[in-house]
Amino acid sequence: MRVDLRLKACVLALVIGGTSVTSAHAQADAGGKPGNNRPIVVASKPFGESYLLCEMFSQLLEARGFAVERRPGLGATEIAFGALRTNAIDVYPEYTGTGLIAILHDSLSDSLAADPRAVFSRVSRQFAQLYHVRWLPPLGFQNTYAIAVTRKTAAQYRLRTLTDLARESSHLTAGFTADFIGRSDGLVALSRVYGIRPRDVRPLAPAVKYQALASGAVDVIDGYSTDGLLSKYNLITLVDDRHFFPPYEAAALVSAELDRRVPGAVAALTLLSGRLDEQTMRALNRRVEVDGEDVRVVARDELAALGLVGNAQTTVTTGEVSRSGFARYMWDRRAYLAALTVRHLLLVGLALLAAVIVALPLGLALERARHLAEPVIGGLGVLQTIPSIALLAFMIPLLGVGVVPALVALWLYALYPIARGTYTGVRDADPDAVSAAEALGTTPVQRLIWVRLPLAAPVIMAGIRTAAVITVGAATLAAFIGAGGLGEPIVAGLALADTRMILSGALPAAVLALAVDGILGLVERLVAPAHRRRAIWRSSPSDELRVAPAV
Amino acid sequence: MSHAAISLKRMPTSLAARNVSHHFGSVTALDDVSIDVPDGRAVALVGESGSGKTTLLRCFNRLIEPERGEVSIGGKNVRAQPMVLLRRGIGYVQQHGGLLPHWRVLRNVALVPTLREMSDATDAARHALELVGLPAAQFGERFPHELSGGQRQRVALARSIAARPGVVLLDEPFGALDAISRADLQETFDKLRRELSVTTLLVTHDLAEAGRLADEVVVMRLGRVEQRGTMKTLISAPATEYVARLIEKARAGLEALHA
Repeated sequence: MRVDLRLKACVLALVIGGTSVTSAHAQADAGGKPGNNRPIVVASKPFGESYLLCEMFSQLLEARGFAVERRPGLGATEIAFGALRTNAIDVYPEYTGTGLIAILHDSLSDSLAADPRAVFSRVSRQFAQLYHVRWLPPLGFQNTYAIAVTRKTAAQYRLRTLTDLARESSHLTAGFTADFIGRSDGLVALSRVYGIRPRDVRPLAPAVKYQALASGAVDVIDGYSTDGLLSKYNLITLVDDRHFFPPYEAAALVSAELDRRVPGAVAALTLLSGRLDEQTMRALNRRVEVDGEDVRVVARDELAALGLVGNAQTTVTTGEVSRSGFARYMWDRRAYLAALTVRHLLLVGLALLAAVIVALPLGLALERARHLAEPVIGGLGVLQTIPSIALLAFMIPLLGVGVVPALVALWLYALYPIARGTYTGVRDADPDAVSAAEALGTTPVQRLIWVRLPLAAPVIMAGIRTAAVITVGAATLAAFIGAGGLGEPIVAGLALADTRMILSGALPAAVLALAVDGILGLVERLVAPAHRRRAIWRSSPSDELRVAPAV
Repeated sequence: MSHAAISLKRMPTSLAARNVSHHFGSVTALDDVSIDVPDGRAVALVGESGSGKTTLLRCFNRLIEPERGEVSIGGKNVRAQPMVLLRRGIGYVQQHGGLLPHWRVLRNVALVPTLREMSDATDAARHALELVGLPAAQFGERFPHELSGGQRQRVALARSIAARPGVVLLDEPFGALDAISRADLQETFDKLRRELSVTTLLVTHDLAEAGRLADEVVVMRLGRVEQRGTMKTLISAPATEYVARLIEKARAGLEALHA
């Protein structure tokens, strides 16, 4: 049993942490194939079914000798598709309706709109023309939006269809995913077609929406028709009686260059076309989302059942993990978490180092050209207001996915506090001392090294410390673009609605932030100018409070 | 040995400003000003804020480069040598001493000797501390914030003379001190500058201080020289209404004290 648990932890580590470990393998494998200088990058959007399909694609390819690099949970439609267009990834599962409306911003006439084949041929033609991106034949099931309510709500308000919902919507609170609220085939269009006007609309993360509905915090949510949780919570999905939602057939979306770069890969992926029906998919999703089974195991079982890979060697028992305690769960994943922590620290350390190298001289230069200081530092400050996830998304078209764009984004965040601290610290360093040193014949460099920097050191260090803590936090989001780190279990946990998995990344990240803050707080004291050092070591009560968490 | 060296007579280092003018934006700080400080003498620049006295002082160590006119030390234009070398040869004390707060007293005093790469920089600093009445053994290892205001100004004074300059420039050096520390330090300084026969230019707004410490007084007003002369001349024959009023005010202050 202990072995099983450890095995499972390792398997999970491979699934989620695929970026580092798998790619190393993959690159080694890929060496043998001519013209194949990069593994096939298989990605997914951040929800359970997409993870599962990503894993199935990956195993399908690996079983045929292709090197694969997994980037599950890469980001919502814009990010995933953006990465595919720029060939940063090679394949991810997408839905035809999403392609039609959210990417092409197109619609079909009413007679065609309900016909899956019409939608598929429209998107496949348009995508090939506009983006050179290829839709492989659909996998065989649809996963349309399912507007869901509890049985109790359905009975109380006599809800069966979306038209019924429109009638009662002013009494109801909706909890919709940000994706659904924002998409043109989401809430806006739904309101237009049905006249649905909920009393209140709360944006909810996919991971919490079912819980929110079950607990009565909201009355209606958007789900996907293949969600395993629909049956777990015994929910009613309302009938789309005006055929508002287009068909959402799942299919592999493949980059322009994959076929050229890795001949045979597309043919391998096509083996799955038409093999997964809706019932199967719902059952598979249920195993992942409700039973907490390992994505890798579920994918392998299904591929084996379809005769697409060799038989499963061992079946990992289900339910063990959910019964053992959280501490045990963390302990069993300690190697994986330690590796993630190291990677997290590397990301933070590199980004911070690069930021110091740029922002410290910049702060010093601005002190000598003060009229530029506020515009430049203000400009860096504006970067701080860009939400990290948006900044990461901007990076994809420029730098693709993975470590490099994540480092650039983190570096951008770290610039402001360091430049501000350096500029302010050096500018405000004891003006009398600086002017006297000047009058007595010191060179500007001597003044900088002997007077300004030593006196400014604590302020500069405080800037670096702030930057470090910000970076530790922001680096958890780097996992969204496949850079790894402690964000990996957070992103995966959010997608798979697994609170424990989220915590397994979030808690170490929080501890790391406190530790970094505490350690740099000590460094801040060490670099205090000599005359203040003794006084500081005696330390005031407020100082004690500030470092307390680190100790 | 350094003791002997420091008491040697300096190179002749007279100061001269010729027809110097300078503006800060639209404000005239100096308007065609000329002054001389003969070698080894002390001259005080007296005036209110905005009279241009500090601006004139700062022309000599090129903290200000005047728009017009010529400034020279020992007959040599101050621009003739690199700025840092010029400054290392001139002692300077400002109102708020400007000691480096993170350096101990001895290191502060050794700053200019170190900059001049003198082999006995520390000895020179020790000796300078002795001269201002702060034995290095007792005060050398303290930080400036561990001294009183008067002691800090003494250290600043020691720093200004440690490299045995021929000239010292003093910008309100006693301005921020209480009356007693001030009188003590004035006395120390007066003795010191005569011993070292250092050429001194002193900026002050206090006529009495100027009279006590300087051989000659230059009264400045709105960027121009109102009168130059010994204190005696100023009192007996004030050249302008303004000088007369200034002396009257100083006298009134003293009389109020006596009454």
